Order: sequence, then C-alpha cells, then structure tokens
Amino acid sequence: MTHPGAIEVLRAGALTTVQDLGRPGWAHLGVPRSGALDPAALRLANRLVGNPEHAAGLEITLTGCTLRLTRASTVAVTGAEVPVQAGVRPGDTGRPLSVPAGTVLRIGPARRGVRSWLAVAGGIDVAPVLGSRATDTLSGLGPPPMRDGDLLPLGDPVGTPAPVDLTVCPTPPEELHLTLGPGPREDWFTPTAFDRLFGSAYTISPVSNRVGARLAGAALPRAVAGELPSEGIVLGAVQVPADGQPLIFLADHPTTGGYPVIGVVTDVTPLAQARPGTTVRFHGPQR
Amino acid sequence: MRIRPVGAHALLLDCTAPTDIAEAGSDIPEAAMVEAWRAELWRRRERGDLVAVEIVPAARTVLLDGLPDPTTTAEQLTRWAPVVAPATTRPNQANANVDEAADVVVPVCFDGPDLPAVAGHWGVDVPAVRHRLTSTRFRVAFCGFAPGFPYLTGLPTELALPRLATPRPRVPAGSVALAGPYAGIYPGASPGGWLLVGRTDLVLFDVAADPPARLGPGTTVRMVAA
Repeated sequence: MTHPGAIEVLRAGALTTVQDLGRPGWAHLGVPRSGALDPAALRLANRLVGNPEHAAGLEITLTGCTLRLTRASTVAVTGAEVPVQAGVRPGDTGRPLSVPAGTVLRIGPARRGVRSWLAVAGGIDVAPVLGSRATDTLSGLGPPPMRDGDLLPLGDPVGTPAPVDLTVCPTPPEELHLTLGPGPREDWFTPTAFDRLFGSAYTISPVSNRVGARLAGAALPRAVAGELPSEGIVLGAVQVPADGQPLIFLADHPTTGGYPVIGVVTDVTPLAQARPGTTVRFHGPQR
Repeated sequence: MRIRPVGAHALLLDCTAPTDIAEAGSDIPEAAMVEAWRAELWRRRERGDLVAVEIVPAARTVLLDGLPDPTTTAEQLTRWAPVVAPATTRPNQANANVDEAADVVVPVCFDGPDLPAVAGHWGVDVPAVRHRLTSTRFRVAFCGFAPGFPYLTGLPTELALPRLATPRPRVPAGSVALAGPYAGIYPGASPGGWLLVGRTDLVLFDVAADPPARLGPGTTVRMVAA
C-alpha cells in the first residue's frame, strides 16, 4: 500500500482555506453554500492535475503561503497573478507542475488580484462535512483556516495531468463592470437609489471577505422605512443595510438576511480578485 | 401570494404582499401560509414536478434558488395551491386531533438571566413565563442565523419582545431565547442579542445525523421543564 501523502503547511499566510464546490442544498437548515469564490478557477486547477473538478484544493489569499508536499505529486495554481516556486525551480501559474517528494512549494504575495487556487493530484482528503470539504468562514463548518504546522491528507491520484503547456489566467481588471439582475425588494428603494446605483462608481471596502464584498459610495435611499423580516438570500444578492452602502454576498453568505436586496449580481467571480479600492460599476441586464 | 424575481435563477414567494385576486385563505397568518408553501414545494420537488437546489422558508417568504427555468416555475406557481392547515391544527391550539406524537420534546432548564426582563415585558411573574413557554406548541418556521438555529412560532404576536440593545459577545450552546415573535435555541456558542430564558442539552445540529438539524422547518416542538 502506497502512502497517500500529505501537505504540510509551513506558512499559512493571511487566509488559506480548503475549498471545493461547496455544500449547496442545505440552506433551509441555515447552512451556507461556501466553496471556492471562483469555482471556474478551482475547476481549472483540478483539471490541470487530473483531478475531478469537484476535488478539494486550497484557496490562498493575497499574502501567499508556503507548503511542503510529502510525496511526489503534480500541482497547479490558478487565479491571481502570483510568483510560484517549487523547490529551487521557478514555476508558473496555470500549468501542471510535477514535483518530487519533499518539495517546498512557495506561493508568493499576489502581484495582481487577491486569491489563488492550488490543486494537488489526488485532492485534499480531509473528512467531508455535509458533502463538502470547504471551510465555511461564517458558520465554522469544514476544516478551520490553515495555521502554520497543519498537516492536510492527500487522496490517491485518479487521473492523468492535463497535457497542456500553459493556460491563460485572465488578468484582474482595474475596474469591475457587474451586471445586475432583478432584486426582490426593488420597491423598497427610491428612483434616486437606482440612479445612483447605475450612475455612480463604488469602491471595494477593506472589510470585504468571503461572506461579502462591501462597497463604499453614494448611499442608496429607501422608499420604505423599517425592518424587513428575514428572508432567503442568494449568491450575488446586493443587500442594502441601514447606512445605504451596498454589500454583495459571496460564497459564505448567511442563508437569510433582514435588509432589502435591491438587485442580484449575475456573476460574482470577478469579485474574488477585487482588491480594496477597486472601482465597481453596475449595469442593467440589457447591457 | 406574490412572486418576486431574484436574479437569473431564483424566485421569492412573498406570502404577505397584497394580491390582485382575493384568496380563500387571505385571513391565514403568514407563518401558516409560509409553512403550507414550504411543505407543498418540498412535496412537488420530491415528486419531480419542481427542480430547485434550495427551498428556503423565512418569516414571510419562501425562496426557490437554483431554478433551471424561473419563468416556467413562476408560471407553475400560479397554478399550485398549497394545503393550509386549518386553524385548529396550527401550533398553540389545544386540539385532540393534533398529532402530538410527532412533536419534538425539548427539555429546558428555565434559569435564563433574562427571565425577569421577559416577565416585565409581558406584565406577569417568572413562573407565568415558564408556564406560557411549556404550554405553547411551537413550530419551526425556518432556520437561519446559524446551522440548525430554529425560529419557533407559536407565541401570540402581542407578546413580541425587543432584542437586547447590546448583544452578548457569547451566548452558550443550548441557550433557549426569545426575540420578536419568535423563540429560538442556539445550536452552538455565538454572539447573540436574544433574551435568554433557559438552556437545553438537546443537540440541535450534528453533521453526522440525518437530517443534520434536529429542528428543521415544519417540526412541531414542545418545551418541558427539565
């Protein structure tokens, strides 16, 4: 029997979590969806190393991380523009890297963007919770965020790495243009709110996280005062709390919320790479 | 009942919005309406009439998320009529016909620090608060806030309570609490602003159990003094 191997976390960095495609289907019990903030980037990393797309990898935030692989393996990094070093060899993002046992893998600080996804052949084999290995930073389900010295078990590789040289990871744009679909509580806002929402620029606030991207800009005035009884929340919902500053819900969003939702962002994945200060503009679905 | 669009893959059934046509059950409390729709949509999904990743009841709404074709679903919803329980079988109604065997009994040690405050709000003494809570048949209207946290309806709306002005930084797991028109039980330790009336040893959320939440939506609940 071969030893399945492990990842040893030498430097966990700002926030490194185990992520897969999350645990949808449990929202009625108050369980958030969680999962990679950019599922397509995780899927790509998995395909590159020959994993099924739903295998668990690491989501690495801004400052990078340093890992040691206890067995020979194939790895791939996608997402943000980051320096990758496998032992003494410089590596690239977006392509499979074959590394010998004991290799120290360094993912450096992001030069552009925020988050990277690391896939290792065989996937990270921590025990699934409600069908997913994802760390949910809101509810605490799944493995806790990585700390220095943590050991993550690896599964047995099942497929062969992709025969590609290099894939193109899109460069994060300076300005995000987000398409907004209908919100369930549009009638809670004044026409001025929509003029401001579609006519002015917002910036990503530094307090953004996996739960939501908080925006700063022109406040969105309400037509209806008072509290909204809790109602179900979807990924990308733009919730407007009492201060009028919108918040876009991401993967670890709560399942219900008590502030009105003015619209729903059609594709939230670009927000995974949006640094604080990034400009955001909203457009209607007709654009 | 009104259907509100939510992005490209979801719909929100609003059980309170005024409707164009007078509904037969228009005098039905919204919690009963929400529960009727939740149960109906669950049945429809089990039967294969409805494809939805999430069916999420809440205070006055049911969210359907992960719909392949929301337009068709919205059209179907106008034809689907839920069976609303008659008033006599709703929670908090003493009735011999009610299936009490299905109730989940929650043993509660009523020693919460906010019992005197609740008694003050209700204009009764502390034993009367205990009596009210143990003689009420609750129903889980929805879960939220944390995995397995039940929002229990059954108390009369005139007994609705304010939250604490300053939430506690840590409420212990198993705390039985009141806020607004709801009773709730904290599955795990967390910050919280509800008024604490007691605690239970009942495990509310266990990822290894099926279902993982002991008190899922629709479950009827009785509290007994531990």
